[in-house]
Amino acid sequence: MSNQLRDTNYHIHVDSGHRFLTFNLKETWKYRDLIWLFTKKNLLVRYKQTVLGPVWLILSPTMTSIMYTIFFGTVAGIDTEGLPKIMFYLAMNGLWSYFSVVFFRCADLFRGHAYIFGKVYFPRLVMAFSEMLVSVIEFLIQLPVLVILCVWYSFHGMAIPYITWFWIVIILFWVGMMAMGCGILVSSFTTKYRDLRILVGYAVRLWMYATPVVYPLSILNPGWLRTLELINPLTYPMEFFRKMVLGVGGAPVYSLIISVVFTAAAAVLGILVFNKMERNFMDTV
Amino acid sequence: MDRSVMVEVKNLKKRYRLGEIGTESFRQDLQSWWARHQGKDDPLSRIGEEPDVFYALKGLSLTFRRGESIGIIGENGAGKSTFLKLLSRVTAPTEGSIDLYGRVTSMLEVGTGFDGEMTGRENIYMNGAILGMTRAEIDAKMEEIIEFSELREFIDTPVKRYSSGMYTKLGFAVASHLDSEIIIMDEVLAVGDIAFQNKCLKKMKEAVTSEGKTVLYVSHNMNQIRQLCDRVIVLSRGDLVFDGDTGEAIEFYLKQFQTEKHARDYREEIRPDWLHDERIRIVSAEYRDRDSIYFYRDEPMKIHMVLQTEQDVEKLGLRIEVSNTNDVKLGTYFLYDICDCHAGERIELDIDVDISSFTNDTYNTIYCFFVRDESGTNLNVDRVYGLSFVHEDSLPARKLNWETENWGYLALPGAVVTHVEKH
Repeated sequence: MSNQLRDTNYHIHVDSGHRFLTFNLKETWKYRDLIWLFTKKNLLVRYKQTVLGPVWLILSPTMTSIMYTIFFGTVAGIDTEGLPKIMFYLAMNGLWSYFSVVFFRCADLFRGHAYIFGKVYFPRLVMAFSEMLVSVIEFLIQLPVLVILCVWYSFHGMAIPYITWFWIVIILFWVGMMAMGCGILVSSFTTKYRDLRILVGYAVRLWMYATPVVYPLSILNPGWLRTLELINPLTYPMEFFRKMVLGVGGAPVYSLIISVVFTAAAAVLGILVFNKMERNFMDTV
Repeated sequence: MDRSVMVEVKNLKKRYRLGEIGTESFRQDLQSWWARHQGKDDPLSRIGEEPDVFYALKGLSLTFRRGESIGIIGENGAGKSTFLKLLSRVTAPTEGSIDLYGRVTSMLEVGTGFDGEMTGRENIYMNGAILGMTRAEIDAKMEEIIEFSELREFIDTPVKRYSSGMYTKLGFAVASHLDSEIIIMDEVLAVGDIAFQNKCLKKMKEAVTSEGKTVLYVSHNMNQIRQLCDRVIVLSRGDLVFDGDTGEAIEFYLKQFQTEKHARDYREEIRPDWLHDERIRIVSAEYRDRDSIYFYRDEPMKIHMVLQTEQDVEKLGLRIEVSNTNDVKLGTYFLYDICDCHAGERIELDIDVDISSFTNDTYNTIYCFFVRDESGTNLNVDRVYGLSFVHEDSLPARKLNWETENWGYLALPGAVVTHVEKH
């Protein structure tokens, strides 16, 4: 049995110092099985012992979209660029929810998993990626509602573009990395000072109104409000998603550049700070 | 056998901050950040100056080699768990370094990382993956793990339906079979049945001797430490105070925390309010043959007492009431008609007490002198807290792992089988 002790070159050095520029991605990749297992577990645990189970995944965004349709669409009369209001809100709310869910799950990463983090070591990023993957799967479970509506409306004469999986995956990765980067960056500071977590909760709600979620970008006339909107890194993916799925939407290229640069910066900075902080997190949770 | 270094710990320190996190700690954070920014010493890093800061480990340096099983003992707050946490990388050291030359399986708690909703089998995969094993590697071990856990029929049941004993079994089966070179366990064998505990200890011992693994085991159970470990380190308040042979370490440990006196002077002792009788007073008590309160195996407790009589006392009797450390009375020794005493006498008593029925534990006593009046009732004439005693390596505990919570503190004597008949 002594052949088990084969790994003679194995060596881990732990000390109080930390090189800031460690991404830990190689080690995280080694734990890819664990990412998948956590994803499975988190999905399983969230909907076990609920009567409707995963039906909630479809039900709750649909309900929200119906509410938006009634209040923003009908009562407030927001123009949806000629798209059926329910479809507009399903698509927009769907992607926004994905963003905010990934964000909050990552922001609460340490408090949510304190039990396991306090007892065993594995790269904490594993959990962040797994939370992102859970959210991706949940989003994909919700997607058929939109697809069915698309098919239904196309029989009624609406020109629906051909959705490519390729673009959906790109957008999900893009928005997901942005949300995860921001989320883990926030989590690095909120474990200790929870005020920040409350503050961030408000900020994200405000962010939603600065993002074309309940209204299209096109209703904003040129001016500072529109400029602000275009600087918002979420604007481009939201509009782009609508363009890909429903055929209408879009934002100027500089908005795209801002979004991509922001996403990359948030992801890189988030991971770096997170890796620095994770080592002592459990002392303060 | 290859005795290469598996774990090397140098000057390991861990600082924790006490108290609530709030505006005060925010201020301190800013302070130390600012100091560091200015290139000065962190004002909080000087030990003792900041009351909110304490060092759980104060600079450990140790080397653990392949094929060693090391016991870690120490009182609560000695830094044992912090040490294991640092070794298993749950948290990082404040100063110093750790070099690990093998993969670490840590079991800081039974069934770490188990999720109640998932089945036994799924949890095995989970635990393996946490260690960094691939699915194929875990599959190769699966059969062995299930076999060891004795849970074959329940392996596809969610673990939330498991009893705590089953939980332990699965947890231990996983931890002991995973492909790691260093195994860290924090008092995980306190639960579960004796048979399984022994099986686990045997398995660990085997892993150490034939597979050359390195085992670090924290326990308060000296019997388990004796069974498993060939080297023991003793920690006290964050410092290493002993490192060496198991037997010597355990003796060192038990003696070290001996704060209880082996002799007491009662001249200044305040008696309870209800005691109005002043006919006789106990002056002092001490153990005759030792300067500790530790009694090993079936040694008798030999007490020497000095009494002073103020008035005549007839048929003096003594009760030695024994209670556990939670102040539950366990039983009382009665000594009747010790002597008749006269006013002004100084009396010395030697008493031998058979404490062999008491199992391994610490006991407190009360000495109460009494006389019997005409109607036969006891009248207390003096009462003081007596000398405590610790029974170690007692006969019952040597025969089997004594379960105090189930069986109590006393192994009652006197039962014998007088006849066995087979048909």
